[in-house]
Amino acid sequence: MGRITLDKVRKTFGDVEVIPPLDLTIEDGEFVVFVGPSGCGKSTLLRLIAGLEDVTSGQIRIDRQDATDLPPAKRGLAMVFQSYALYPHMSVRKNIAFPMKMAGLPQDEQDRRIEAAAKALNLTDYLDRKPGQLSGGQRQRVAIGRAIVREPAAFLFDEPLSNLDAALRVGMRLEISELHKRLATTMIYVTHDQVEAMTMADKIVVLRAGHIEQVGSPLELYNRPRNVFVAGFIGSPKMNLISGAEAEKHGAVTIGIRPEHLGISTESGLWKGVIGVSEHLGSDTFFHVTVEGLGEPLTVRASGEVSLKYGDIVWLTPNEVNLHRFNAEGLRIA
Amino acid sequence: MATKHARVAARFMISPAVLLLLGWMIVPLSMTLYFSFLRYNLLMPGMEEFTGLTNYRFFLTDPAFFAALTNTILLVGGVLLVTVVGGILLALLLDQPFFGQGIVRILVIAPFFVMPTVSALVWKNMFMNPVNGLFAHAAKALGLQPFDFLSAAPLTSIIGIVSWQWLPFATLILLTALQSLDQEQLEAAEMDGAPWIKRFWFIMLPHLARAITVVILIQTIFLLSVFAEILVTTNGGPGTASTNLTYLIYMQSLLQFDVGGGSAGGVVAIILANIVAIFLMRMIGKNLDA
Ligand SMILES: Nc1ncnc2c1ncn2[C@@H]1O[C@H](COP(=O)(O)OP(=O)(O)OP(=O)(O)O)[C@@H](O)[C@H]1O
Ligand SMILES: [Mg+2]
Repeated sequence: MGRITLDKVRKTFGDVEVIPPLDLTIEDGEFVVFVGPSGCGKSTLLRLIAGLEDVTSGQIRIDRQDATDLPPAKRGLAMVFQSYALYPHMSVRKNIAFPMKMAGLPQDEQDRRIEAAAKALNLTDYLDRKPGQLSGGQRQRVAIGRAIVREPAAFLFDEPLSNLDAALRVGMRLEISELHKRLATTMIYVTHDQVEAMTMADKIVVLRAGHIEQVGSPLELYNRPRNVFVAGFIGSPKMNLISGAEAEKHGAVTIGIRPEHLGISTESGLWKGVIGVSEHLGSDTFFHVTVEGLGEPLTVRASGEVSLKYGDIVWLTPNEVNLHRFNAEGLRIA
Repeated sequence: MATKHARVAARFMISPAVLLLLGWMIVPLSMTLYFSFLRYNLLMPGMEEFTGLTNYRFFLTDPAFFAALTNTILLVGGVLLVTVVGGILLALLLDQPFFGQGIVRILVIAPFFVMPTVSALVWKNMFMNPVNGLFAHAAKALGLQPFDFLSAAPLTSIIGIVSWQWLPFATLILLTALQSLDQEQLEAAEMDGAPWIKRFWFIMLPHLARAITVVILIQTIFLLSVFAEILVTTNGGPGTASTNLTYLIYMQSLLQFDVGGGSAGGVVAIILANIVAIFLMRMIGKNLDA
């Protein structure tokens, strides 16, 4: 019902190749997240799937049917835009009804679906308001409501939460995840928020300059990044990447160690360093430790409150098992 | 204007401008009012005397008055219709990406810079003239009888000329409005299954409502006082076929030298214009609040 296959899909704007030929399969009911740095082509890829941009070459199949040349409306996909793209002159009810009105659904069916969507999204009290009279989170929910009522084969989200404040974002994140569990419809979600990607996805697609760097479950990507780029991109705070003599000792060009896999002690250890800035989050404390000969300061995570302060001398010991090793091409050494 | 202080300051600052405008309006208005109650004919200087409402009675019972009133309404309504509909179509066209867009846009705006007298003369002599006009030549080339626009369909011809002048204005305003429409709304509508015509009807047109209101308001004010185009083309004729209120007042006071009658007509025109203004503000002014 919502299996999407991209087959050598390529996109150029003029002379610029934004997406080099790319293959990707999204299974029915999957929650797929596209992540990557700004300008890497996430939105473009999503718009190609939606049909808002024409592919330069290649094929897009939705449920085994060739959808490459289908207009957006015929693809059975619903999109939630970053700016919400609500129709400002229509009430919430009319906004949600719009796709059904275009599809010519009978009025009582429309009403039934609007009621259901409004109830699911806590919008019942706002149905007669205009979008201008709603808060950001409510507008977001209206946009989602407008997508739900179409009962699409898949939902496409382009950074839907980036205009919301942090607290609201956490709430909406949960709501979207819950929606996915309840509807079990394919969802493709674009974000550059680490946490959103890790918490929501069944499958993460990491993009760089239009290339797929790695596809996998959040933990797969976290535990076994395929290359240095993914290693540095996934995880927050970032993985510590060390190259030079220390890496050569481990038979690699670059080694990576996550902040939680570094032991910190005031007495003994492998690397001697000086504490710089520390970030106290309550549950965790992150120390930025400068170690002689390792270049960039290392980030170290300590559980709870640790009474170390600026300028203290500490010893760091990496957990050998969790060391990531990469070769000269930046690829993982097994 | 958030604070009381700011409001007071704002009132204080704009008061000189308001006073100046008020004076500018009050002096000619009072003089017109005063003249309208006098028997005041330029051919009989020094014979002015108070006559009460006689001038008004004559003006309002003159059959030309109703002809002029109808013509004014037809002229304003006709030009508004042509410019708004044409302006929307042109704006939609100019909004498409095409080669030479910049130059075409300037060309479209050009008629607005031509003086009404000049453009009316050009239309009269070069296009609509039944002997030398371009349309006459075109008709002859097709083997048809040339059509004498200005005597056979004077009001329609004037509507055409005035529309030609105002179309750029409408196009420009509507084009800017169209360009300010969020593209994502159109894309959302496209994904929602709306074909172009429905996207136009449900998304673009409501978005243009405010701009259309502005076009109608501004144009109505100017179109109520169209004068030069009539003077240089038809002189209000044949008969009163193309006489509007402004032109009637001109005939009264300067062709018949009856300043009192002309002033009475002027006052009537002011009252009518205000009725129209209130009506327009009520009807579509709410579009501007939203
Ligand atoms: N219409 C266009 N014409 C030309 N180039 C474009 C067009 N749209 C996008 N691009 C280019 O394609 C690249 C990818 O853009 P895209 O919007 O997909 O990035 P993104 O990954 O969504 O970035 P962000 O996270 O900032 O939203 C960018 O380099 C951008 O400049
Ligand atoms: Mg984007």
